[in-house]
Amino acid sequence: MVTVNITVNGKPVSGEVESRTLLVQFLRDNLRLTGTHVGCDTSQCGACVVHVDGKSIKSCTLLAVQADGAEVTTIEGVANGSELHPMQQAFMDNHGLQCGFCTPGMVMTALDIVNRNGNNLDEATVRKELEGNICRCTGYHNIVKSVQAGAKNMGGS
Amino acid sequence: MNEQGIGASVRRKEDQRFLIGKGNYTDDINVAGQTHAVFVRSPHAHAEIKGIDTSAAMAASGVVAVLTGEDLAADGIGPLICGVTVTSDDGEPHRAPAHPALAQGKVNYVGDHVAVVIAESKSEARDAAELVDVDYSVLPAVTGTRSAADPGQQQIHEVAPGNVCFNWPFGDKDGVEAAFAAAHKVSKLDLVNNRMVTNPMEPRAALGEYNTGTDEITLHVTTQNPHVHRLVLSAFNQLAPEHKLRVVGPDVGGGFGAKIFVYAEELVVGWACRKVNRPVKWNADRTEAFLADAHGRDHVSTAEMAMDGNGKFLAMRVHTKANLGAYLSTFGTMVPSYLYAFLLAGQYATPLIYSEVKAVFTNTAPVDASRGAGRPEATYLVERLVDICASDMGLDPAEIRRRNFIPVDAFPYQTPVVQCYDSGDYPAALDKAMELADYDGFESRAAEARARGKLRGIGFSSYVEACGIAPSAAVGQLGAGVGLWESAQVRFNPTGNVQVFTGTHSHGQGHETTFAQLVNDQLGVPIENIEVIHGDTAKTQFGMGTYGSRSLAVGGVAISRACDKLVAKGKKIAAHALEAAEGDIEFADGSFSVAGTDKAMSIGEVAFNAYVPHSYPEGVEPGFDENAFFDPTNFSFPAGTHICEIEVDPETGVVEIVKYSAVDDFGRLINPMIVEGQVHGGIAHGVGQALLEGCSYDSEGQLITASYMDYAMPRADNLPSFDVDYAPTNPPDNPLGVKGCGEAGAIGAPPAVINAISNALGVKHIDMPATPENVWRAAQQATAASA
Ligand code: FES
Ligand code: FES
Repeated sequence: MVTVNITVNGKPVSGEVESRTLLVQFLRDNLRLTGTHVGCDTSQCGACVVHVDGKSIKSCTLLAVQADGAEVTTIEGVANGSELHPMQQAFMDNHGLQCGFCTPGMVMTALDIVNRNGNNLDEATVRKELEGNICRCTGYHNIVKSVQAGAKNMGGS
Repeated sequence: MNEQGIGASVRRKEDQRFLIGKGNYTDDINVAGQTHAVFVRSPHAHAEIKGIDTSAAMAASGVVAVLTGEDLAADGIGPLICGVTVTSDDGEPHRAPAHPALAQGKVNYVGDHVAVVIAESKSEARDAAELVDVDYSVLPAVTGTRSAADPGQQQIHEVAPGNVCFNWPFGDKDGVEAAFAAAHKVSKLDLVNNRMVTNPMEPRAALGEYNTGTDEITLHVTTQNPHVHRLVLSAFNQLAPEHKLRVVGPDVGGGFGAKIFVYAEELVVGWACRKVNRPVKWNADRTEAFLADAHGRDHVSTAEMAMDGNGKFLAMRVHTKANLGAYLSTFGTMVPSYLYAFLLAGQYATPLIYSEVKAVFTNTAPVDASRGAGRPEATYLVERLVDICASDMGLDPAEIRRRNFIPVDAFPYQTPVVQCYDSGDYPAALDKAMELADYDGFESRAAEARARGKLRGIGFSSYVEACGIAPSAAVGQLGAGVGLWESAQVRFNPTGNVQVFTGTHSHGQGHETTFAQLVNDQLGVPIENIEVIHGDTAKTQFGMGTYGSRSLAVGGVAISRACDKLVAKGKKIAAHALEAAEGDIEFADGSFSVAGTDKAMSIGEVAFNAYVPHSYPEGVEPGFDENAFFDPTNFSFPAGTHICEIEVDPETGVVEIVKYSAVDDFGRLINPMIVEGQVHGGIAHGVGQALLEGCSYDSEGQLITASYMDYAMPRADNLPSFDVDYAPTNPPDNPLGVKGCGEAGAIGAPPAVINAISNALGVKHIDMPATPENVWRAAQQATAASA
């Protein structure tokens, strides 16, 4: 067993993990932060996306020990209490989720898209940027709209 | 329009929890003392089991138990069942091989369940599973749908000679033959409906807990129909009596059919938690989902249409081989029979239809319902054939459809294949779709594309489907083991808020919002004060669950009926309180009033009176809580026309969907925002089948598409935004005037896409999935042929 120290959603946490434990397992099993989901075993679906030191990452591709010392933000750390972040609000307003299983990963990816591409996103950019996140429910139409609207609202316009 | 009632695009009540990471999916649930199960699965498609040595696994760290089919049999746990009987052409019921939840002497597909290892942690269970030593004697595998029943094939099940489950002829064979003999023209097409893996994003999972004090098992499971699970697990698997078994389907991350069925893992988890007297948790990884979820589609067909000189359809003849996999899944037999052949009329007034379906066993995963179930297979066949007919007759694809549509004044329309369509205006949807798609401008867009070296094509699909499943008497006659009514309970609490209990299950469809709107519309209670509760056999009275786009058309009506009963009772209570005659009480907008006066009381006050009946009408029971069951008198028949416009790059074979227009008739819409989302998702699913998704086994029965690396799911950059509109009609058989929308896109889209590609390439047919390689080859052949 190895001890890891990670700051998760602003709070320092530590835990005992096997060296093979994935970051997503640490989040879900040790910390019971079950908002981060697992939809595949080949790092294809994006249900597990979190931010590590400000960048989006598939938490199923990273060992917990690799995140030692890092700052991790999960979906649970995005809203302000029950007040939704503008990106979350945009998903609600644009019906960008159905079953909700891909949603945490979509929102975390969307925030990263905005961080890297700014607040004015065209449809083609969003579609291309979402290629690492699979949704079976929505056909992406409303997810794309949500990301565009959320990006705009984050810019305060 | 009431801003929260019927017709309002209200934001979804369920979204908040999903957006902040507070969804409650099965694998999110953890209980004290839980153990973890990992299944030992067959690496072979077909083999006898000579022995299983579990000793090394038992001795491994953290292992609690290793259980096999022998243990299961010793405890009297019954095999998995198939709930629908199809009578074969020899007059006998379909052949039903035993389907033990853990193999008993033989495995029949890669991924078949051999043993289960239960350990303190999932990694320990996984490590120990590798130590289970199974002695297999490998047999040749049967994998091809086309050839499974050929003479000389390896026999899979003793009870199914020639690997045939059933041969099911249906329709007027002689009449059809006579019509073909006299036809002006016969069009014919061979086609494959590709096998798909349904792939809801949440993998299946189960958590079983046994309470020694109450002798009760609680099973949390990824299910679309908790009560059906409980019924089957009790009545057929002897897991526990119904009253000692609680099944909970908490938040479920998509189903699309794949979570209807009662699977081996769920039964084993339920059984094992009592056996080891510890909670047992199991969660599939994606590879397991590919291997052991029930798959969909997998038909090989020949379709023929006889026409007169004007392109009028005289008769249709269909021969289909349907692959049911290694065992019968819960509804496996129903999909390629009743859900398929009964839809072969499509939107057309074809007077004579004959079909023969041969359902075969193979050494592949069981095949069952997947978004649309039978209806996409029928629609794809009909709509592709109609395009061939158009080209054989030199008619525009829109024109041949128009000539053959069931006329608007012919509804209700009795088809020659059992179904009686409730309502429809097929030309209206076609016209609107052609306008939305700017069909008239297509030629100039195609010319512009040609100038860029691209091939543009446009394709139609005029589909009809049967949903709102289903009138119990009708399905009973057909051999179903259940009734398909739905139930509801609408309960006011004394403080005036409302709990709605439904037997349907929401796993993305937004019932918590739509059903609240329905109640708001009828009872005038704001939706913030209405909670829709589903998915727990301990909370909801009973129900048949969610599939076949039935939840609103059947379950919604049950809710509405319960509301009616509340209003009727409320009138009595209000009459007493307002000192008026019951007949003078009117109810509107949440208020009971005495006609022609300003005397009134709110429904909340009535509810309070009902629970605090100090001054109360004689003979009326206290309480304000009503339930209702609704059994529909007919299916409902959504229909529409979808038009897909694509561009092919002949150099690479890549197909880009440049415009997708859908015009549907779903009857009355409760929440248009949610309905549109269902349409989008359905279309994406159908486009996935048409362009990307192909599940394939090699000749030894290895699944070679068992991950998202090998099985192409539609992603955001494979799809366009969709243009969606409606051409509603009013279905007379449905009390709410609603039809059903969850499957329409998946049914309508595949032929629209393939018709468009055939049109672009100028080829008769291309099989799905039309991957770049397949399209490139077809383009090359077309060029060579025309040179
Ligand atoms: S679970 Fe991480 S990408 Fe699928
Ligand atoms: S909302 Fe269900 S997978 Fe995206």
